[in-house]
Amino acid sequence: MTRTAAIWLFVGLAGYVFLPWYMTPHGFWSFGWVIDPQGGGESGLYHLLSGRFWLVGPLLGILAGFAVLGIIKPPIARSRGFIITATAGLALMIAQGLLIKNAGRAAAEVSLWQPGMGAGAFVVALSLLFVLTSGISGLGKGRGDAFITSLIGLIVALVAVFVFYPMSFILVQAFALKGGQGYGISEFLPRFFDDTVWSLACLMGSGYCGAAVNSLVLGLSTALGTTVMGLAFALVFTRTAFPAKPFLRILSILPIITPPFVIGLVLILLFGRSGTITVYLSDFLGTEKTRWLYGFWGVWLAQMLSFTPIAFLVLIGVVEGVSPSIEEASQTLDATAWQTFHRVSLPLMRPGLANAFLLGFIESVADFGNPLVLGGNFNVLSTEIYYAIVGTVADPAKAGILSITLLSMTLVAFLAQRKWLGKKNYATVTGKADNGQNAALNPGMKWACYALALPWAAFTLVLYGLILLGSFVKLWGYDHTLTLEHYTRAFGMVFRNGVHFVGSAWDSYFTTLTIAAISAPLTALVGLLTAYLLVRQKFAGKDAFEFSTMLSFAIPGTVIGVAYVMAFNFPPIELTGTAIILILVFVFRNMPVGLRGGIAAMSQLDKSLDEASIMLGANSATTLRRVILPLLGPAILAAITYSFVRAITSVSAVIFLVSARHNMATAFIVGRVENNEYGIAIAYSAVLIVTMLVAILLLQALIGRRTLRRTDRVQTA
Amino acid sequence: MTKGSVKFENVTKSYGEFVALKPLSIDIAPGTLCTLLGPSGCGKTTTLRLIAGLESATAGRILIGGQDVTHLSATYRPVSMVFQSYALFPHMTVLENVAYGLSVKRVPKAEAKDRAETGLELVGLSGFGSRLPSELSGGQQQRVAVARAIVLEPEVLLLDEPLSNLDAKLRRHVREEIRQIQQRLELTAVYVTHDQEEAMAVSDRIIVMKNAEIAQEGTPHDLYERPASAFIADFIGDANLLDTEVIATGDETRIRLLGQELTLPLTAKHTGAAKLVLRPHQVRIGSETLPGSLPAEVTYAAYLGNQIQYTLKSEAGEIFAVAPPVAQPFRQGDNVHFSWADNAPRIVMT
Repeated sequence: MTRTAAIWLFVGLAGYVFLPWYMTPHGFWSFGWVIDPQGGGESGLYHLLSGRFWLVGPLLGILAGFAVLGIIKPPIARSRGFIITATAGLALMIAQGLLIKNAGRAAAEVSLWQPGMGAGAFVVALSLLFVLTSGISGLGKGRGDAFITSLIGLIVALVAVFVFYPMSFILVQAFALKGGQGYGISEFLPRFFDDTVWSLACLMGSGYCGAAVNSLVLGLSTALGTTVMGLAFALVFTRTAFPAKPFLRILSILPIITPPFVIGLVLILLFGRSGTITVYLSDFLGTEKTRWLYGFWGVWLAQMLSFTPIAFLVLIGVVEGVSPSIEEASQTLDATAWQTFHRVSLPLMRPGLANAFLLGFIESVADFGNPLVLGGNFNVLSTEIYYAIVGTVADPAKAGILSITLLSMTLVAFLAQRKWLGKKNYATVTGKADNGQNAALNPGMKWACYALALPWAAFTLVLYGLILLGSFVKLWGYDHTLTLEHYTRAFGMVFRNGVHFVGSAWDSYFTTLTIAAISAPLTALVGLLTAYLLVRQKFAGKDAFEFSTMLSFAIPGTVIGVAYVMAFNFPPIELTGTAIILILVFVFRNMPVGLRGGIAAMSQLDKSLDEASIMLGANSATTLRRVILPLLGPAILAAITYSFVRAITSVSAVIFLVSARHNMATAFIVGRVENNEYGIAIAYSAVLIVTMLVAILLLQALIGRRTLRRTDRVQTA
Repeated sequence: MTKGSVKFENVTKSYGEFVALKPLSIDIAPGTLCTLLGPSGCGKTTTLRLIAGLESATAGRILIGGQDVTHLSATYRPVSMVFQSYALFPHMTVLENVAYGLSVKRVPKAEAKDRAETGLELVGLSGFGSRLPSELSGGQQQRVAVARAIVLEPEVLLLDEPLSNLDAKLRRHVREEIRQIQQRLELTAVYVTHDQEEAMAVSDRIIVMKNAEIAQEGTPHDLYERPASAFIADFIGDANLLDTEVIATGDETRIRLLGQELTLPLTAKHTGAAKLVLRPHQVRIGSETLPGSLPAEVTYAAYLGNQIQYTLKSEAGEIFAVAPPVAQPFRQGDNVHFSWADNAPRIVMT
């Protein structure tokens, strides 16, 4: 414990004395700050001596830590000393960061102004945190293991800074008064209950409904629809002799690697004003070309197509989880197939159905891409938030209020899911070998499921065909000559003195791949480490810890995007316009995915494996590295793959955070859609889908092969 | 010399409201094998994990080899452990498993390999080093787990129900091996089991636990011959517990059993309600009334070849008895009389 604390005290001191305290203009890794006297590379010590007296706080924390190290000998008292000095240092550092911002930017150097924190500040904060956590471990917490307490401290700090801190800005902004006259409740209530949010006019047949009402209705309809469709697919998959089951599996994976608005785009090709089917109907049947697609029905249809696979994946586990012997028991008691399904199987599936419904609801109200493309006058919260920020008149207060509304909806669904489903466990799969046969569906049910699922599957397939076709057609609906024009414009290359990427999409394409490639392993790492703490360690406040790490799953992308813009646009943490903010948003948005996978995988590893390693003299870090991680191969692969894919397909959060230097593929495509350049947009989407497929296969070839052989061995004892 | 001793001073463990261990003081002498025995949930595994450092004590002091380790993490304690599930690392070979502890302690590779091979030799598995754990039988995996624990030359070896995953025949063989290795290396060993026969067979000393505290401790002989309570009498070896009453005690004890007054050549703690402890093999069954014999009825008789098992019903309770095979065994419904050899039974107070 003492050694760990001492090392971190030295690291902190070095960070304070040598590293640039503030953000360096050209980034830390370019190292321009080392030689450039104007590069802003001055250390905390330099700034302290040149008048920024408030920077003394963290230094005091470090020096007091050294004093504790030198003076206090009894281990418990020394640990207390570390805790007190490090906490004080951190508190002083946070306080100066929050208080002294750009209050007097206009005034001269002496004024109370400082830029955003940089590498030096980061290292100092981290050191103080680790001195604090090793002090805590010295009191015997976390079984006296400094690695465990430090890991907990680190993850709590990260979630606090990158989830709760930005979210607090939403709350504060919502209470902002017009014209920057401070904050108060006087404008919040009227704006919160404004007609544009809660109007029910459309239900009465006059005018438009409020965005919140629209989101709610859309969310409920989509949740209901996807649950029914998902169940139909799951039943076809598990309870019938349908021949093409692998095909259904593939169909269920496709939407995961499809950027969210692509379905909307393809629907426009079919049902839009000049869409194939619209034109066909008006030509041959004389019906009018309608705009029905641009509104509730269009968004609903697109969401149904996008989210049914999610419900399917949830429900297939549930349907498979109903033990065959229970159904057989029902049949030996002379129940018919229908009675068995209706009175035994269905009630057992109820929690799974509720789970699928709530997931569908959260996905639907948080969805940004489809409403953006197809919404028309049908306003939903996620798009309204976007327009409140990027519209002609930026209105952060409105964005804040709408965000709170949207967040309340997803949070309620999230809490309901945890409360109702967390405790009940209807799973009937036991450790015993279960060799029975699941009851077949009765003919009526079977044909009902076929009638729902198969046309839908065919429809999805047609849409994916159209993504490919649409990208090769000159101008859909008007000029159907085949062309490569969209690809050459987006992905053109010139081979003259080497390769020149002249296509307009290359920049964003490379940025997307780079950022996804950086953030995916980080996401997996943070998620798996958190899972390790949750599954394997006992500590006070574990429930709250779990809840807060899972929380970001319930925060819609739009909301977190807005929150990041509000929080990280100025000191103490100034990150907008950098690639770091994009990486951070992916890591903390996708963390629950890695977390869930990690929890599931780690629960299957016998705890005595870790304990054996500890007993053999390995510390927790070594155990994690040499025993747990090697056995978690497939989970790591899944976490990396999924966060990579989510980073590429995500649009709602990144659309606020992209900059000219760091544009992302999805933001680029949305820009093309807004300019009605559907050809390029679809071509780019097709390229993204192919890219992700290749990436998934590559990842599996790289990591999967080795880990598969290892998992074959996981037959302990 | 205190190296290898284990000492608890009023150690307690609770999880919130739940008390897993009431104040416990134990003292295990170096070089002995001490067994923690008891039904599930009695606190024996908690005690073992407290020695290991896998749980931290709520209060009290834990000393290993005279050194206070109460706040020392498991990584740094001079103990190693054999797990119930063996916990062999499935992604490492047998040799890698055995050498793991040495390698995390930065022992040079060549030396680690030599010591690991010596360890495997000790448990009779030389030549199995390059296999994976999954390619070994249960008994072999067990021995790898033992080898892995002892190559570190721990002061104390902990064994958590090490035989429970083996089949009955193998169990006796492996427990003899463990005992031999322990004696040869003069290791202190703490052994957890719920199987009293296993405990009797391997232990120098047994600590019987019940309801998160010690019920009785002593040598196997002590526990069997001088049980302190009905629980111990019943738990250590089979016993019939008959309701009785101590009328007077001194050098001899007078008891009242089934309306008769009998004299036993032993000393009871005091007078009052008590149980008479009668082991099944001590029960003698006859058809005639003899002085000191008591009436009962045969409710069940089973012929097992080498013995006959009877269940008798008497006013003082049910009696289980074993008798040598005879040509004309008693049958269900027979009225019989039972008695015992003079110095056979024990009295425990209730």
